Amino acid sequence: MTQTTAIHGEKISLLRVLGPGHVWALGVGIVLVGEYMGWNFSVGKGGAIAALIACWVAGLLYTCVAMIDSEVTSTVAAAGGQYAQAKHIVGPLMAFNVGLFLVFAYTMLEAANAITLGYLIQTVGGMMGQTTAGGEALVLHDKPFIVLTIMFLAWLNYRGVYATLTFNLVITAIAFVAIIILFFAVRPWSSDVLQHNELLTGLPYGWIGVIAALHFGLWYYLGIEGTCQAAEEVRSPARSLPLGTMTGIMTLLIAATMTWFICAGLMPWEYLGQAVTPLFDAARLMDSLPLMVLLFIGTIFSTLASANGCINDASRAWFSMARDRYLPQWFGAVHPRYRTPYRSIVFLVPVAVLFAYYAPLDQVITFSILSGLLGYTFMTFNVIMFRRKWPLGTIQRGYVHPLHPLPALVLLVLCATTYFAVFLGYGTQLMAMMAFFIIASLWFHFHRYRYVRRGDQFTMPWPRPLGDY
Amino acid sequence: MSNGHYEPPRQSALGQFFDSLFLLALVFASLFAPLYLGLASGGKTEIELADKTTWAGLGQNAVMQGAWEKLGYTPETAAPVIVSRFDYSFDLVALGVTALIVVGYFVLVVAFSKSEYREVIAERFGRRDQ
Repeated sequence: MTQTTAIHGEKISLLRVLGPGHVWALGVGIVLVGEYMGWNFSVGKGGAIAALIACWVAGLLYTCVAMIDSEVTSTVAAAGGQYAQAKHIVGPLMAFNVGLFLVFAYTMLEAANAITLGYLIQTVGGMMGQTTAGGEALVLHDKPFIVLTIMFLAWLNYRGVYATLTFNLVITAIAFVAIIILFFAVRPWSSDVLQHNELLTGLPYGWIGVIAALHFGLWYYLGIEGTCQAAEEVRSPARSLPLGTMTGIMTLLIAATMTWFICAGLMPWEYLGQAVTPLFDAARLMDSLPLMVLLFIGTIFSTLASANGCINDASRAWFSMARDRYLPQWFGAVHPRYRTPYRSIVFLVPVAVLFAYYAPLDQVITFSILSGLLGYTFMTFNVIMFRRKWPLGTIQRGYVHPLHPLPALVLLVLCATTYFAVFLGYGTQLMAMMAFFIIASLWFHFHRYRYVRRGDQFTMPWPRPLGDY
Repeated sequence: MSNGHYEPPRQSALGQFFDSLFLLALVFASLFAPLYLGLASGGKTEIELADKTTWAGLGQNAVMQGAWEKLGYTPETAAPVIVSRFDYSFDLVALGVTALIVVGYFVLVVAFSKSEYREVIAERFGRRDQ
């Protein structure tokens, strides 16, 4: 199904073969790991009911993201997604920042996947009940598995042995089916297994907890906007992109609600709010070995598929910035034999390993969420500038989203609320992230930009932008 | 510069090395160091409970107790999880400063981008008066 040909690290032949079903599958495949881990930290921030409300509000946020991104990406038909949009619409420094948003969102997600996988193996190792020769319980440490996972997947990407889109879809489909099977196994039509009446405890933090929960509520959908990066390969972008992305969000909304329903009916919110592998824990509580094996496989598959895609996407974004000279050109090299952006792949490995090895899962996920959130904030003014510089009718648009600028304004309000949600409990991380991007921006503007070609950055066959730019 | 074609200088290998090193150092200093030093784990508090040694004392009913025990917990090991809470009290000044930094960041990026974008458009399309 994958119709791209990788030559010199770039897509040079993009066939328009994808329909709305492919776009849907691509989106759900990217995001499904969010059902297996991370979402439940929203329970810790506001309680189980707050997490459900946050899940639905985040769904509205992503609906706005999908509407806006479908229009801009189906028009900026260049590989690179939001990075290419920023170059053409806002300017080079914004593009540099958007490139970094993508790199950090994916690299931190990769680290989070490795942490989850290592923890799961450690948990299952502990459940085997093996003992040493001296009779002491044998403890399987998670750290070697964390490092091995990242190194192995980086090596696969270095060698160019990419898991194909079809393969990734098969293993994420298995992970998706595992959730469905678990859902029916808990017999949701009765209260034999699920005990919501006994386990739901209202809003332990009150309504401020509902706002705080929005922070991790984004994790249910983070990355769904990646569907728009397939714009060049879609047969009918005007129909397929919005349809595929919106049905993807609806699917995730249903899957997220099912996941919440299972977990909130099986375990106390205090446990759920800090669990690393909530769906696997749900299977443990069912006392069923086949279910445990199924959810073990589902968690492993979803984290591996996600981490593999993250290494690929983060290194491609880093490579693209180097090719445009936003970063040292050394990173823009392609392996002479494997034809992969090998230096970018290798450079990002220590970053992922260090965060996965030392940082707690919730804090690594917070960095990924913050990177995504900064990107969504960019989308709000990006679409307004896009409509002003090239009003409707001046260029060919693949899709025109309705009710402009309402989706952008709603998205801006929801982004502002989410910054406040992160500030509640994770304010230091928010400040650390902002310090990083401010210093990196000053470095780029006053130092790095001198190495960048000017006019070459604008590659779309569009007329001169209107207005005061 | 905005009038003609800009040919960027060629960066030396040493210059590229230092730029790479700078970015790596920036990631570790601004993102990793606060985590490693434990500075980012604030914002938590504990609720006071008279009895942390029994499930009832921890406010857990029979269903909750059953779940904890199946997951391998005792009241002693579950207590730190159950009493832990986020501290959502905040200083309005701190909130204002944070908001100012986030907004200021975007204003800075858009303003600098605008000046850079003018050069891109001038080179791509020619100056407006031409």
